[in-house]
Amino acid sequence: MQIYLPIAEVSVNAFLLLGLGGLVGILSGMFGVGGGFLITPLLFFVGIPPAVAVATSANQIVASSFSGVLAHLRRKTVDMRMGVVLMVGGLIGAAVGVYVFNILRGLGQVDLLVTVCYVVFLGIIGTLMFFESLRAIRRSRNPGTKLPPRRKHGWVHALPLKMKFRTSGLYISVIPPILVGFAVGVLAAIMGVGGGFIMVPAMIYILGMPTKVVIGTSLLQIIFVTGFTTLLHATTNYTVDMALALLLLIGGVLGAQIGTRIGVHLKAEQLRILLAGMVMLVCGMLALDLLLKPSELYSLSVWGAR
Amino acid sequence: MRGAFALIGLVLLAFPAMAQEGVVADLSQSRVGITATFDGSEILVFGAVKDAKSEAPLGVIISVSGPAEPIMVRKKARKAGVWVNSEAVKVAAAPSFYHVVTTHPLEDMLTPAQDARYALSIPKAIRAGAENTAEFTEALIRIREESGLYAVHTGEVTLKENTLFRAHIALPANLTEGSYLTRIFLTRDGRVVARQATTIHVSKVGLERWIYALAHERPFIYGVLSLAIAIAAGWGASAIFRYIKG
Repeated sequence: MQIYLPIAEVSVNAFLLLGLGGLVGILSGMFGVGGGFLITPLLFFVGIPPAVAVATSANQIVASSFSGVLAHLRRKTVDMRMGVVLMVGGLIGAAVGVYVFNILRGLGQVDLLVTVCYVVFLGIIGTLMFFESLRAIRRSRNPGTKLPPRRKHGWVHALPLKMKFRTSGLYISVIPPILVGFAVGVLAAIMGVGGGFIMVPAMIYILGMPTKVVIGTSLLQIIFVTGFTTLLHATTNYTVDMALALLLLIGGVLGAQIGTRIGVHLKAEQLRILLAGMVMLVCGMLALDLLLKPSELYSLSVWGAR
Repeated sequence: MRGAFALIGLVLLAFPAMAQEGVVADLSQSRVGITATFDGSEILVFGAVKDAKSEAPLGVIISVSGPAEPIMVRKKARKAGVWVNSEAVKVAAAPSFYHVVTTHPLEDMLTPAQDARYALSIPKAIRAGAENTAEFTEALIRIREESGLYAVHTGEVTLKENTLFRAHIALPANLTEGSYLTRIFLTRDGRVVARQATTIHVSKVGLERWIYALAHERPFIYGVLSLAIAIAAGWGASAIFRYIKG
């Protein structure tokens, strides 16, 4: 069934969009990532103009993250206090990020910067996570080997302004979470995504939060970042397509519920290795895009206001 | 349609000896409404030759062009091992849609000077910038021909008795709003002997119109509404699943 999208001004198959939304929703619920790094390139591929794809995927991520967060709230796997602390850092970071983005846009080549950002960050995070979870899986298969003790008192714990995060079982300074939130906020604004794929590993490896709590907390943060982004795009660029978002999010919210249920049946390290694999796959595809000669050297864009 | 042809014939008989050769033509519809389920539209262009003056072979050319817009054409090049946008050229004005339907090959019907004067063939319908941009305008045409936005349909105007003609114009599903200028030309010996122009109005209607207007006129309310839908859908799905499970 073809449907004409009022803002994107193209006609696309409605079931294709429902399917795309569903796929990304499942990943979102399973891994606590918004899926922005996945759905935006997929929408380009379907033929949605890039500006509309970026803005509308932010809107759809709000829906699937909200659906995911509710499922996690009932399992009590959301650290509200940590979420608020991260958000404080995140909002400051997002404001700085938008500022940086505008400077870079003035210099041109913003597309290249975004792609390089993706490749570098996805590559590093994916590889690190992959090997770490591989080690974890090996360890759990050979219970005889001695477990290396978890660093209970790294630099993260030596900082002042300590706070108790009961859900995560942590008693640490608020400075690292604010810095993590800030860094993710900057990157999210530059790359136009919720930042879950950076946030999730940062929470696990820097803050030392348990994997199960990380996902719900990350989703909570993503709702606010992408909600803010949606409003910004809607009021400045008029590029949020309500009809497109609706189709994507119907698939997305259902997918998120299914994803959350799959997630609870998997072990933490299995979950991490799957996420790592997916992150590396997307990274590889983007890298190929940069390295291989494109079949069409030219691209068109309508110049000036739409 | 036969009725329309007969009517035109009668009109022609009623005015036997006008001074100049002319063309009378009309469209099956002059308004196209884009609804949510819009997947293209077909328009019939029909008409007749008035006061044929010559025995030279007659040709009919029909062109439909969408609103012209400036286009940035970017070319990728390999720099430090990666493919990046390097050169960019602004094409001053290119129609968003351009289809030409003819009775014979364009180059047989028009001299190059006449083609340039009436901006008929695809390269002539594009207004390039001041720079040397041949390579870039060619790329623009190639990309738009591949996506079906630009096309020349040779021999698809049906001409009867050198008097009555008709042709179908297919408007694609990814149509943008605006006024689509439709021109009809009669040619003899490589020259345009008569012409007529009319406009097809393409606009969004119903829900499409409402959403588009809200997004542009009340962007904040539109943004909040989009978020509200997202939150409601997220909550709804969660509630449904909880209901199913428990």
